[in-house]
Amino acid sequence: MRRFRAAVTGAVSLSLAFTATGCGGGEGSEASPKTLTYWASNQGSSLEVDKKVLQPELDQFEEETGIKVKLEVIPWSDLLNRILTATTSGQGPDILNIGNTWSASLQSTGALLPWDAKNLEAIGGKDRFVDSALGSTGVPGKDPAAVPLYSMAYALYYNKAMFKEAGITKPPTTWDEVAAAGKKLTKNGKAGIGVEGSNLSNNIHQVFVLAKQHGADFFTADGKADFTSDGAVAAVKQYVDLMAAQKIVAPGNAEYAQNQSLSDFAKDKTGMVLWQTPSQTFASQGMGPDDWGVAPAPVPSGKPGTGKQTNSMVAGINMAVFKNTKNLDGALKFVKFMTSDEEQILLNKAYGSVPPVKDAQKDPVFADPSLAVIRDTLATSAAALPQVPEESQFETVVGTAVKELFADAAAGRPVTTESVRAKLEKAQQQMPKK
Amino acid sequence: MTQTAVTPPSERAVRAATPGGARAPRRSGRRRIALPYLLLLPALLLELLVHLVPMLMGITMSFKELTQFSIRNWSEAPWSALDNYTVAIDFDAPVGQALLKSFFTTCLFTVVSVGLCWFLGTAAAISLQENFRGRGFLRTLFLVPYALPVYAAVITWAFMFQRDNGLVNHVLHDQLGIGDSPAFWLIGDNSFWALLVVSVWKGWPFAFLTVMAGLQNIPRDMYEAAALDGAGVWKQIRHITLPSLRSVNQVLVLVLFLWTFNDFNTPFVLFGKAAPEAADLISLHIYQSSFQTWNFGTGSAMSVLLLLFLLVVTGVYLLLTTRGRKTSDV
Repeated sequence: MRRFRAAVTGAVSLSLAFTATGCGGGEGSEASPKTLTYWASNQGSSLEVDKKVLQPELDQFEEETGIKVKLEVIPWSDLLNRILTATTSGQGPDILNIGNTWSASLQSTGALLPWDAKNLEAIGGKDRFVDSALGSTGVPGKDPAAVPLYSMAYALYYNKAMFKEAGITKPPTTWDEVAAAGKKLTKNGKAGIGVEGSNLSNNIHQVFVLAKQHGADFFTADGKADFTSDGAVAAVKQYVDLMAAQKIVAPGNAEYAQNQSLSDFAKDKTGMVLWQTPSQTFASQGMGPDDWGVAPAPVPSGKPGTGKQTNSMVAGINMAVFKNTKNLDGALKFVKFMTSDEEQILLNKAYGSVPPVKDAQKDPVFADPSLAVIRDTLATSAAALPQVPEESQFETVVGTAVKELFADAAAGRPVTTESVRAKLEKAQQQMPKK
Repeated sequence: MTQTAVTPPSERAVRAATPGGARAPRRSGRRRIALPYLLLLPALLLELLVHLVPMLMGITMSFKELTQFSIRNWSEAPWSALDNYTVAIDFDAPVGQALLKSFFTTCLFTVVSVGLCWFLGTAAAISLQENFRGRGFLRTLFLVPYALPVYAAVITWAFMFQRDNGLVNHVLHDQLGIGDSPAFWLIGDNSFWALLVVSVWKGWPFAFLTVMAGLQNIPRDMYEAAALDGAGVWKQIRHITLPSLRSVNQVLVLVLFLWTFNDFNTPFVLFGKAAPEAADLISLHIYQSSFQTWNFGTGSAMSVLLLLFLLVVTGVYLLLTTRGRKTSDV
C-alpha cells in the first residue's frame, strides 16, 4: 500500500510540476542581476546574420559589466504577437526591439518602461538623438516608450543597367517623372517599378507618404480614425494606380509580401523600387554596389521637404525595456551600451542603416551617397506615422484594404475613386469604437 | 473505465472468500476503489488546465472590453455586458457582415473539402484492399501528406501557387495553355480553390487510414458469399463495404468536419495574416479580429459563437446518426 501511495504522490506532484512549468514559461525576468534577455528583431538578411553581428557586442558588454545577455532574434512576422503574449503573461524579455511604428500602440498596453527624465539621463539624455527618430517613440506629450536604435527612410532605388538600356539619363524626382520613366522601362516582360501588394505594413508606409503629399492624414488631430478624406482616398488610389492605370507595375506584384520585388530588381526585371535600406539584400542577391543607384523618393513637384513635399515615413527600430524586468539597472546599462556612439556606428554600419544618435551620424561611413540620401531624408523630409494607440489596427485594416485593391487591379477589375472609398470606409468601420 | 467496472466484483469475491477479514481489508478495499481516481487525477488536472481553464477564460474575455489599453491586466478590464456579441452579430455593420460572409465561406469550404477527403480516402482504401505488388509502397506513399509537418507542406504549396514562378501556373498555363494569362492563386477569387486543394491533399490520408482500418473488420466470407450469389464489385461495395463502414464513417466525417471547420494553420501559412476575401476561413478571420486589430473581446465573442455552433452541429449529427443506426439495427 505504501508503495501505491508513493506512486500516487509521485504522479500528482509530477503533474503539478508540469503545470508549474507550463504556467511559468520561465523566460528572462529572473531575479538574477547578472543576466538579461534580449529579443532582437531580424535586421540582417537572416537570423544567423543577426546573431553573428550582435553576439560579439554582447560578449563585449559582458566583459565590461559582468552581465550576460541572452539573445533571441525574432522574425518580423512573429515579433508583434510575441510581444503581445509577453505583455499579457508578464513573462517577457528584459529588453526588446520594436518596430518604431508600434511605439504608441505598445505604449498604451503599459507593458513598456516609460523613458522619463531620470531613465533618459541614465543613457545620456534625450539630446543625443535625432529629432525625427524621437518623433516615433510614443504618443506626443507622454514619456517615450522606447529609444531609437536604427533609423531608416525610404528612397528610390533604380537599376542602372535597365535605366541605361531604356535611355533614361537621370533618376526621376517627381511622380510624373516616375510615370514617364516607368513607361519607358515597361516592355518585354519587364516592369517600371515594384511594389509589395500583399505586405500590409509596406502598403501603409507608401500610402501614408502619399496622403501627406495630398495634405491628408489617416487620423484627426485628436487621434480619431479618418480614412475616407479626399486626400486619403486620392493617396491610396494613386498608389494602386501605378498598377491599375499607369500599368508600370507587373500584376504579379499584387501577391508579393516576401521582398520578391527586390529579387525582381536584382534580376533586371524591375527598374525601380521604393525601399528602406536594401543594400544588404541587393548584395545577397548578387548585385554589386555599382549596379544600382539611389535618389530621394519622389514628391509631387520640386524638391523633398516638409508637409506636401514629405517623401518618406520615419522608419526604424526602437529599443524598449519591459516594465516587468527584475534587472532595471542592468537593462539601462545595456540600452546605454547599445546607443553609445561606438556601438551605433558599428551596428548601423553592419545593417546599412543610419544611426539615430547625432554624434554617431557624423562618422564618414554615413556620408556615403547611398546613406547620405537616407540621412538627409530623415533630417529634412520624413514624417513619423501617426503616434496613436490604434496605429497597429490601422496597419492591419488599411493595409488589407490596399492589398484587396491591388488584387482587383491585378485581376483587371476597375479601381475607381468610389471603390477605393468603399474599401477605406469598410476599414474605418472595423476600427474599435472609442 | 472498464477496469473500474470490472474490479469491484472480483474484489467482493475475494473478500467473501476470506471470512472474518473485518475492518482492515475493507478499508484497503475502499482505498482500492479510490486508487483509480487518484491515478486519473494528474490527467484530470492537466485536462482542466489545458482545456477547461482557457475555455472559461475565453468566455470571460468575451464579456469584457479588451483592447490594447486593458490587455495587460485583462482580469481587471471593464465589463462590457453583451457589447462584443452585438458587434459580432450586427450583420448590417462591416464587422458582422465580414463574420457572416466568412462563416458561409467556411461552411461551403468544409462541406466540399470533407466530401472530397472522404471520397478519395474511401476509394483509395477500397482499391488497395486486394493484395498486389507494390501495395505496401502505395500505402506508405499515400500517408506522406499526413506525416509531413503542416508548415513545411503548406509553405511548399504556397511556392507552387505563386503566379509568376510557381509550378501550378507553369503546368496549367505554360505547358497546357489554359487561360490567356497566368492565374492568381494566392489572391482574388481563385484562392478558394487553392485552399481547397491543399486542404484535401492534407486531409484525405486520414480518411484513407481510418477507412483502411475499418475494412479490416469486415469478414472476408461475406464477400465470398456475395460473390457466390453473383454480386459484382459495385454491388459488394454498396451492400457490404459501405454499410459495414457506417460507424467508422460516422466518426471520420465528424472529426474531418471539426478539423476542417477549425483549420487555422493552412490558410495562415498559405496566405499570411490577411486572407483574401474568397478564402477567409473563420478561424483566421477570428484571429485577425482579435490579434491583428487588437480587439480581443470581440474576437473572444466570435470564438464562443463558433464553439456554440460546432456544439450544436455535433450534437444534432450524433443524435441523427445514432438514432439512424438504432432503426437500421431493428
